Amino acid sequence: MVQMGNDYASVMSRKGEIMKKSVGIDYASFESGSIAFDYERMMRETGYTLDEMQKIQKNVHVGDTPILELRNLTALARKCAKPGYGARIFIKDEAANPSGSFKARRAANAVYHAKKLGFKGVISATSGNYGAAVASQAAMAGLKCIVVQECYDSKGVGQPEIIEKARKCEALGAEVVQLTVGPELFYKFLLLLEETGYFNASLYTPFGIAGVETLGYELSMQFREKYGKDPDMVVCTNAGGGNLTGTARGLLKAGASCQVVGASVNLSGLHMASDTQFNKKSFTTGHTGFGVPFASWPDRSDVPRSAARPLRYMDRYVTISQGSVFYITEALASLEGLEKGPAGNTALAAAFSLAQQMPEDQMIVVQETEYTGAGKHVQPQLAFARENGIDVRFGDPADEVPGVNVILPSHPSLIKAVDVDLDHMRKSLIKTAVKTYNVEPTAEDIAFLAEETRTNPDFVKAVLATL
Amino acid sequence: MINKGEWVLIKRDILAPAERAPQVPDDTKKVPLTMWVKGHLQADAEIGAEVEVITRTGRTETGILLEVNPRYDHDFGDFVPELLTISEQVREIVFGGEQ
Repeated sequence: MVQMGNDYASVMSRKGEIMKKSVGIDYASFESGSIAFDYERMMRETGYTLDEMQKIQKNVHVGDTPILELRNLTALARKCAKPGYGARIFIKDEAANPSGSFKARRAANAVYHAKKLGFKGVISATSGNYGAAVASQAAMAGLKCIVVQECYDSKGVGQPEIIEKARKCEALGAEVVQLTVGPELFYKFLLLLEETGYFNASLYTPFGIAGVETLGYELSMQFREKYGKDPDMVVCTNAGGGNLTGTARGLLKAGASCQVVGASVNLSGLHMASDTQFNKKSFTTGHTGFGVPFASWPDRSDVPRSAARPLRYMDRYVTISQGSVFYITEALASLEGLEKGPAGNTALAAAFSLAQQMPEDQMIVVQETEYTGAGKHVQPQLAFARENGIDVRFGDPADEVPGVNVILPSHPSLIKAVDVDLDHMRKSLIKTAVKTYNVEPTAEDIAFLAEETRTNPDFVKAVLATL
Repeated sequence: MINKGEWVLIKRDILAPAERAPQVPDDTKKVPLTMWVKGHLQADAEIGAEVEVITRTGRTETGILLEVNPRYDHDFGDFVPELLTISEQVREIVFGGEQ
């Protein structure tokens, strides 16, 4: 056997080959040779139909999660809104899934697919709820499981939220490999795939994303059955884009025409790969540090072509402050008797503000909740912020500076979702596409970029003219 | 002395500062990429020794022995009294007499 180099550059140069073996998809067959690739054909040929996914998920106790109307939180929003405003707020209680989050939907399909292809184990690179979801599904399938996490700074201080997720993965039988801050997590991930020959249970494969389509579809069916119509707005916490993409695709398959809004915690100014800034943030997912770059350029993930392409489906994208999410998490416990993990309440904090712009007879739904526990809870996450020199105090969340302070709203009327300029992100995507492929865009590319940005060929041409 | 077969935590630097990816920020380039992993110890050893372990998936990893039967020490942290203020505020607005 030829001895292969294990230095960073050598391992990264083997990426294409390792990926092809570990994910079982020949991405090249969907490529045009230029900027465009056939997204829908990739989803069709390598994913599962909605009906198949529902059967797979039902068999492993995933899905059919309840819709809860938050009457008291709605009452609080109405106290902050002008008369006649304050839509009814609902959550889809995805924490009821086996691993405690909607990620069970993505993992169910990925693990089913791995088992079908004959893999002995699965590996996932994630510091989020997806790790526990893969571990849970692998446990049911009798497959081995490795979860690779970015967990600590160089002093060995870990984010409490991620440490809890490691415990949960281990409780579900997984091996957890924990790393310090840095994008070289991907390097170790590739080495592990090569060493074990396990399946890459990426968050970004067509089966993973298709797994979330059941969420959007189910949500629509539940609303039609219980309230006689679809909700007016669905709010999705947005990080890598899969939650929003899958949910929106499921809503479309149901024929629902509700507005789809992405929401991320505002962490602007913090560098996600910085060793010294790693523990200055109070959220490790659902934030702009993932949400903005992954929406503006989806193909930065751990597969050649990501199935999560949120700009195709977003009607609006809003940010919300860390302090506002913590406030709403506490309000959810105090007013509704529901203790849930803060990261999953990102969209809820946004919805609390968005509901105030909608008439009382409309319905707004937050399509997930997540489990909570030691480390992954409003109390330890705020205590951790204080320990790391972050000024936690009451005030106006508009004054919050990520990495410096966490401002808890002094009154709930100060909680404001702030719109992100989607056109700016659309332009960024088009520019990155041209720069990455370094080609003169063809007519097919222009049509593709219009779909990618949910615009039209004239918009794309106008952006191209500025380059 | 930790006995062979015990469940332990080890750590190892897998990329030295000079070997880090070109795109990492300057502060991160100054430190190694470190890995922590757990497994069954393959020979009797003292804490701080270079050891070999077999992980849950049957892989062999080497590194410095840190801890036996590693403890989960994350918790709910020091009490944050502001949460009580929020709790009282929202109850007062919804169920109390404001407005």
